[in-house]
Amino acid sequence: MPIERTRATAYIWLMSMTDETPIPKRPSGFWSYANPVKFLAFSARVLPVLWWLSGICLIVGLVWGFFFTPDDFRQGSTVKIIYLHVPSALMAINAWFMMLVASLIWIVRRHHVSALAAKAAAPVGVVMTLMALFTGAVWGQPMWGTWWAWDPRLTSFLILFLFYLGYIALWEAIEDPDTAADLTSVLCLVGSVFAVLSRYAVNFWNQGLHQGASLSLDKEENVADVFYVPLLVCIAGFVLIFIALVLYRTGTEIRLRRTRALLARETRA
Amino acid sequence: MKALLRRDLILAIRAGGGFGLGLAFFLIVTVLVPFGVGPQSELLSRIAPGILWLGALLACLLSLDRLLALDWEDGTLDLLATSPLPLEAALSIKALAHWITTGLPLVLAAPLFGVLLSLPGPGYLWLVISLALGTPALSVIGTFGAALTVGVKRGGLLMSLLVLPLYVPTLIFGAEVARRGADGLQTTTPLLMLAGITAGVIAIMPFASAAALRVNLR
Amino acid sequence: MTLTIRDLCVARGGLPVLERLSFSLAPGQALILRGPNGSGKTTLLRTLAGLQPSLNGEIVAGEDDIAYAAHSDGLKAMLTVTENLRFWADVFGQRDIEPAMAAFSLDPLRDRLAGTLSAGQKRRLGLARMLVTGRPIWMLDEPTVSLDRDAVALFADAVRAHLGAGGSALIATHIDLGLDAKVLDVTPFRAAADARAGASDEAFL
Repeated sequence: MPIERTRATAYIWLMSMTDETPIPKRPSGFWSYANPVKFLAFSARVLPVLWWLSGICLIVGLVWGFFFTPDDFRQGSTVKIIYLHVPSALMAINAWFMMLVASLIWIVRRHHVSALAAKAAAPVGVVMTLMALFTGAVWGQPMWGTWWAWDPRLTSFLILFLFYLGYIALWEAIEDPDTAADLTSVLCLVGSVFAVLSRYAVNFWNQGLHQGASLSLDKEENVADVFYVPLLVCIAGFVLIFIALVLYRTGTEIRLRRTRALLARETRA
Repeated sequence: MKALLRRDLILAIRAGGGFGLGLAFFLIVTVLVPFGVGPQSELLSRIAPGILWLGALLACLLSLDRLLALDWEDGTLDLLATSPLPLEAALSIKALAHWITTGLPLVLAAPLFGVLLSLPGPGYLWLVISLALGTPALSVIGTFGAALTVGVKRGGLLMSLLVLPLYVPTLIFGAEVARRGADGLQTTTPLLMLAGITAGVIAIMPFASAAALRVNLR
Repeated sequence: MTLTIRDLCVARGGLPVLERLSFSLAPGQALILRGPNGSGKTTLLRTLAGLQPSLNGEIVAGEDDIAYAAHSDGLKAMLTVTENLRFWADVFGQRDIEPAMAAFSLDPLRDRLAGTLSAGQKRRLGLARMLVTGRPIWMLDEPTVSLDRDAVALFADAVRAHLGAGGSALIATHIDLGLDAKVLDVTPFRAAADARAGASDEAFL
């Protein structure tokens, strides 16, 4: 028997056990923001703060990094591209991770805002990936003597970029928003597994030129402190502006859905 | 289940081009490569394993959009979804039929095309082994792509965009086996990885494909 | 064997089309669905067949009881009539396709490719599929489209035989089949144009 029908039947059966009309439980706390209206009100309140904070962090971090840190003794002033490269690379991966979590929430709890947040994050993630690739090329040219090398990290990012493109294209191709949300969520789950697989495959395929991670919890491995603090400020700025952009874009998507919902009823009446 | 497999195979034979088209495409790719890179046989023999794998992958991709689209248009998928056969099983069978009509002929024909690209002696065996192990994964992953895009008009291009990144691990390990084999190196590690990916994909992907198809059918 | 529907709400494209629909269909009974185009008959049948979820309400039917025939028959042009029917019989785990062939007088067409059949002949083959499912509850969506008068009579006979054998049928059709069946007009159950309860975009209104 198809799942859908069984579930509906089971639901009704459970409800009839309680012998009274069920009062829908109002979600509280975190899940209450799954309500589009509440989400919009919330984002309207926090967005200005986020814009300002992210702007301040980015300006302070970048100015500090570009003009008030010493040049690296080997890399010269080229090293300063780290202040764009590392945060954007971090956010490129974290954006996909956020989409994965949002997709899971949509699949399990059917909160529309979650699906729309995943949709809203994808283009931001693409921009971050492109930024990481571009700054990497600019950095790689003087360091390795080439704009592009088939290094595992670079290749993985290129593949991640392709995954983003596919995800966005699927959203665009499907008319019905709920169908699109379901299908892109499935794609995001499967894509995540394959992205990790590809990462290992690419590692196996070519040991690379790229240096190890610039940041790690192991202090010994880290870049020197003079570079470290402004880098952290830049990362904070990127995280904040990512959150702000996603909130803002999610708001746009919510309004689009609302327009659609109203229009659908208008044209039918 | 046997009935579905039999039907798909009969259709592939009768509709013409089921077996032949993918193979012809593979041949054309193989013939075009020397035109593109030049006829030096030492260069060709170096890139032969990769080219043959890439050709097989593209030939596989080419026939994917017919995998579900025809059954979608004539309503067969609706009726199958209401039949006692679970969609997961139906899609696995369809992937198997796709492999038999596309993957298997490629595996068998690959050595012939290897001759055209002057593949080194020890490479033939490993090329066939790697293709035999890897092409089932291509069919199963392709079925997922087809299930995702079956409701989209002219979904072929979109499907390529979705499916090709998913082919990356299979391609890397498959071509690595063939390349190492051709160079006379150890092939155990990539071979095991390739087998692992194929096994995992066959075990898990049908569920994702069926989930996507159910969404598309509603 | 009885199909019971209580307080059902079905949706097309996320918008409710039919609301508060309740009926029950006992063995031996047939129910004719009527209603203007776009009133949700197809949506209702698809929901009952389990192809799409309902928004609300309860559908009670035995496991694997329902056989569904859509607008399109799922025929393969490159297979013969027998092969097409044989395939569906195998999928549904039935052996004998001869009664179905006889009921829709498909015997003369036995070895013709389905692609060479006329529209009415294809439809007869599509309906013969219902007989090889071996399922008691039939859901038929406009079964008589492109059938001539004789073929409609064949179809009515087949339904009557099915009902006589303890089956039941839910048929969306506009012509009179001459069956002893109740008629359900779905018009009164149409959802209000601004219906929102349970709609997939309810949260956005």
